[in-house]
Amino acid sequence: MFKILRYCIHMLLIRPFLLGFVGLNLIYRERLPASGAAILVANHNSHLDVPAIISLFPLGLLDKFRPVGARGYFFRNRVLAWCAIHLFRLIPLNRDRFLPSDGDPLHECSRALEKNEILIIFPEGTRGIPGQLGPFKPGISHLARRHPDVPVIPIFIDGTGKVLPKDAYIPVPFVCDVYIGNAVRWNGDKKMFLQIIRQEILNMNNQLPHFATDPNHEILNQIY
Amino acid sequence: MIPDNIMVFLEIIIVTLSIVTTVIYGLVKYKPTAELKEIWLRIRTWWMMIIIFMIAILLGPVISLVFFALLSFLALREFLSLIPTRSVDRPTLLCVYLTIPMQYLLIANGNYEIFVIFVPLIVFLFLASSMVLAGETPGFISAISTLNWGLMLTVYLLGYVGFVLVITSDGGLITSNAVLVLFLVFLTELNDVAQYTFGKLFGTTTAIIKVSPNKTAEGFAGGLSITILSAVLIGPWLTSLTTWESLIAGILIGVAGFLGDITISAVKRDLGIKDTGRLLPGHGGVLDRVDSLLFTAPVFFHYIYQFKLY
Repeated sequence: MFKILRYCIHMLLIRPFLLGFVGLNLIYRERLPASGAAILVANHNSHLDVPAIISLFPLGLLDKFRPVGARGYFFRNRVLAWCAIHLFRLIPLNRDRFLPSDGDPLHECSRALEKNEILIIFPEGTRGIPGQLGPFKPGISHLARRHPDVPVIPIFIDGTGKVLPKDAYIPVPFVCDVYIGNAVRWNGDKKMFLQIIRQEILNMNNQLPHFATDPNHEILNQIY
Repeated sequence: MIPDNIMVFLEIIIVTLSIVTTVIYGLVKYKPTAELKEIWLRIRTWWMMIIIFMIAILLGPVISLVFFALLSFLALREFLSLIPTRSVDRPTLLCVYLTIPMQYLLIANGNYEIFVIFVPLIVFLFLASSMVLAGETPGFISAISTLNWGLMLTVYLLGYVGFVLVITSDGGLITSNAVLVLFLVFLTELNDVAQYTFGKLFGTTTAIIKVSPNKTAEGFAGGLSITILSAVLIGPWLTSLTTWESLIAGILIGVAGFLGDITISAVKRDLGIKDTGRLLPGHGGVLDRVDSLLFTAPVFFHYIYQFKLY
């Protein structure tokens, strides 16, 4: 029931809006493995990041994508919670510190990977300022250590922070580019692992002409 | 309903493109170099563009105008995505997109007096007011200048293609001027391809302008000659223009097309990018494809409008 509704909303509303009105490009698509589980690790500037990634892949893959989001944020109001669960199949995560008695916080993520699903994780933990990559939280290292066979794929999203930034409610069309990075495998060192992924995302960012990453007027200000 | 000479003309284009496609296909199979593969990709996109354009033209003036409005939208979106914009201007930018349906409604109504002042005057004043009221002065001049310039290129200049379509109308839409649009678009694109081809085959002298190293004197001269020759051959047969009028149209389109082309090249150079987008594989973005048309459309329109050649 919800599955049919989910496919309809994605096919008739979300995809036409993002692909037709906003404009999306997928770059280095071949770097994403054709099948099997994967962990997509992306920079985060906008609520459109998850729909943008999902819309760039065939509709048949819709139910393979499992974005991971903060429970406290997405479950604070019912509309948001409904959308997160039924439209995007969100895996809620507690952002606060865990007690050992809470059980395994990444249990659901692990289960999804075992079912060959594709996790979408934003290791910055929150939406940041476009063009600035915040510090990474260590969750992806834990997951990668548990599932060393699953490729971790860095993703760089450019433009969503202009279309719908953190405090905005109305989207403005700007073409967005989603770059797929080279897959990274678990290398045994938590810190190094995070650093490699971070660097891969930064490298994709640095390939852009410098002005394109900054939707604010800091670049313009350099004139004065 | 559709005049015979239009159908014959479209058939000639399709046959010519088929021959070119076959030759390039053979070359790619024989010697698959990176350059040939790029040309092959380009030709595939040409097919897609020509088929969409022909359908838009053949389905009548309303669909044609919707098509040109979409083209304006894609070009404007591309431009706004490339230039630096201030987050404080987001509401203004959203309004800027609304100028496209308004502009094309004016065109559909054949409202010439308002059409010519809409973007350069009405929208100009509105944007200045809107951005001033947003209240942020740092970067104001750059932001408003780039925005206005982009609007002029993608909404005002491109709108002239639409106005060529309705040029004889007095209130309503008519179909007979599809020939003039075909003539304009065909010569503009032919000029592009011919300048590129002559430049590649015979270009020896260094760049004639600083902006683009690929533009040679041979390319420009060769392209211009082909354009003038085609104009003289096609004009009197397809349109109501005489041989001499067609010749002048050919010169205007050849020169304006070249200038439009290098103008977008200059924009790209300034921004440090190679293509304006990724929508058209092998070509780049929409702006990369319509760059010459941006300049040829208003020049051609005013040429036939002032001398009442329609």
